[in-house]
Amino acid sequence: MSLQTLTYFVVGASFVLYIAIAIWSRAHTTGDFYIAGKTVSPVANGMATAADWMSAASFISMAGLIAFLGYDGSVYLMGWTGGYVLLALFLAPYLRKFGKFTVPEFIAERYYSRTARIVAVICLIFISFTYVAGQMRGVGIVFSRFLEVDVTVGLLVGMGVVFVYAVLGGMKGITYTQVAQYCVLIFAYTVPAVFIAIQLTGNPIPQLAFGSEISGTGDSLLDKLDDIVTSLGFTQYTGGTKSTIDIFCITLALMVGTAGLPHVIVRFFTVPKVRDARVSAGYALLFIAILYTTAPAVGAMARYNLVTTIQPGEVGAADGNLVYEERPDWMRTWQQTGLLRFDDRNGDGRIQFYNDANAEFAQTAASYGWQGNELSVDNDIMVLANPEIAALPNWVIALVAAGGIAAALSTAAGLLLVISAAVSHDLVKGIFLPAISEKQELLAGRIAAAFAIMIAGYLGFDPPGWVAQVVAFAFGLAAASLFPVILLGIFVKRTNKQGAIAGMLTGLFFTYGYIEYFKGLFLKWAGAPWGENVAEHWILGISPEGIGVIGMLLNFAVAIIVSRMTAPPPERVQHMVEHIRVPRAIEG
Amino acid sequence: MTPDNRAAYWRANLRLVVGCLIVWFICSYIFGVLLVDALNIVRLGGFRLGFWFAQQGSIYIFVALIFFYAWRMNKLDQKFDVHED
Repeated sequence: MSLQTLTYFVVGASFVLYIAIAIWSRAHTTGDFYIAGKTVSPVANGMATAADWMSAASFISMAGLIAFLGYDGSVYLMGWTGGYVLLALFLAPYLRKFGKFTVPEFIAERYYSRTARIVAVICLIFISFTYVAGQMRGVGIVFSRFLEVDVTVGLLVGMGVVFVYAVLGGMKGITYTQVAQYCVLIFAYTVPAVFIAIQLTGNPIPQLAFGSEISGTGDSLLDKLDDIVTSLGFTQYTGGTKSTIDIFCITLALMVGTAGLPHVIVRFFTVPKVRDARVSAGYALLFIAILYTTAPAVGAMARYNLVTTIQPGEVGAADGNLVYEERPDWMRTWQQTGLLRFDDRNGDGRIQFYNDANAEFAQTAASYGWQGNELSVDNDIMVLANPEIAALPNWVIALVAAGGIAAALSTAAGLLLVISAAVSHDLVKGIFLPAISEKQELLAGRIAAAFAIMIAGYLGFDPPGWVAQVVAFAFGLAAASLFPVILLGIFVKRTNKQGAIAGMLTGLFFTYGYIEYFKGLFLKWAGAPWGENVAEHWILGISPEGIGVIGMLLNFAVAIIVSRMTAPPPERVQHMVEHIRVPRAIEG
Repeated sequence: MTPDNRAAYWRANLRLVVGCLIVWFICSYIFGVLLVDALNIVRLGGFRLGFWFAQQGSIYIFVALIFFYAWRMNKLDQKFDVHED
């Protein structure tokens, strides 16, 4: 069977599986549709959360990003896992005890305010749409690369599949599909990693191979990598270039942002008990950690493979570099996609791959007769081309395609569901048409999900220029707007309506303003970005990626101070806080 | 359950949360970020220790920490008789 037929077969089979699950677990009530009827076991919810959380970016791009960032890539590893500790300690068990359907609903009841609910819905919709646009794009790209169809066709097929199981199954359908998607994606991720680890170090466990010696030499992978990359003018792999405060703040913004993402929080509404919510966060992180501890190993091994392929001999020797005509097949294949590009600047017929932006290294490079870096490599190749680099059989390549699609679809579905719940439950039922019946609300939820899919598809088809910038924005916004007021709502009884609204708006506008000022989002027509995005101009040396931390601190400070200066929340709200703090119902 | 009892349960919970947060902070922000250069002098097999904490160790500790917290909270629920049936 040819690779393409095989890929069609594997991807097609995975789609049949997802749709079958959706039909088996379709939603009958709003409880099913929003929170899967609170019947999901903690382990299944852990898997679903892991698939929900790990997006196309985690699956396809992260290892490549780390491969080129080295130590600086740690911000993503710690940032996108440590948030689950905050979620387990501060939010998940209490919100489960609260026992309603959505995050804005909690904010509305805790802060006895429609205004607070609307502000929360706006934050939620913005965060979720920016995110989902990237996912739909991911589906389109995986389709076009592996199945050689147009990006648009890929996008439409992806939309169709999500449509069936999100609209029909609601949260219940999504949950069990995500469990299946987790299995597909984790298998697809770890199999190539294991084979590459064996080839390079003889140790089958990537996490250990990461710290092992390279077969046939006495040197460890990381030491060897440090040597080679510094001899080519790059930063030491285990060192970094970002300032300590920036690393600190970006990591913290990603952690807090993770804990504040509505589609992640809402997953913990679906388990039967408070106790389950706590342990389910542990399972979720365990399942995530399998990928997140493999990714840096894949990154280091892929970087090593790439550099030693291009530079098989001594650095600077006339015959030290790979002859272009003798390049391996996987390079030829990926050149066709444009993700790998070669330009023989010094006309020697060999490939030079080094850091030509390093001024100190320029003289050394010139003495070798090098006239600039000749190879440009897209981060995504590090995962996508892995099976070919390791010469693995075709079924593994087909599996990686199915895994990438599973990662993108599962995240997209989770995001679309929180968007539709915010529209049908918080806006339609909660504010505009409180009199509608459950059946009508369920219909409204399905219509909202269908519309959200179409908008997401459009954003994925024609991404506005700012899609690349939005990851920082989505996390910064979640960290600066939703997380502080939910936490204060549980842990500080005195926090009132005025404090929460003032806090959310302060965090929102400060973070948005800073990112707009340095990166430009919506106000490009008015001349944004206005500031040059360099460390000298940043507040305290914190980049726009990390500024959510300051937004969060401002949110906390404003919410606490304003609450102290205004009337305490009413008796019934204080009682509700007492109620959510203990697992069992309290009397009186 | 009396209000006093409830307050004692909440205080015990907060103590546990603070303890977990300290571990969370030390394994990532102290070992993986602030002291990374100092720890990198120490080797753990083929790893530099600071780098290992930043890309591996902190994640393992996070996982263990959540299970530890869940286990201790369940015991606390039993002790104060606020567990679900």
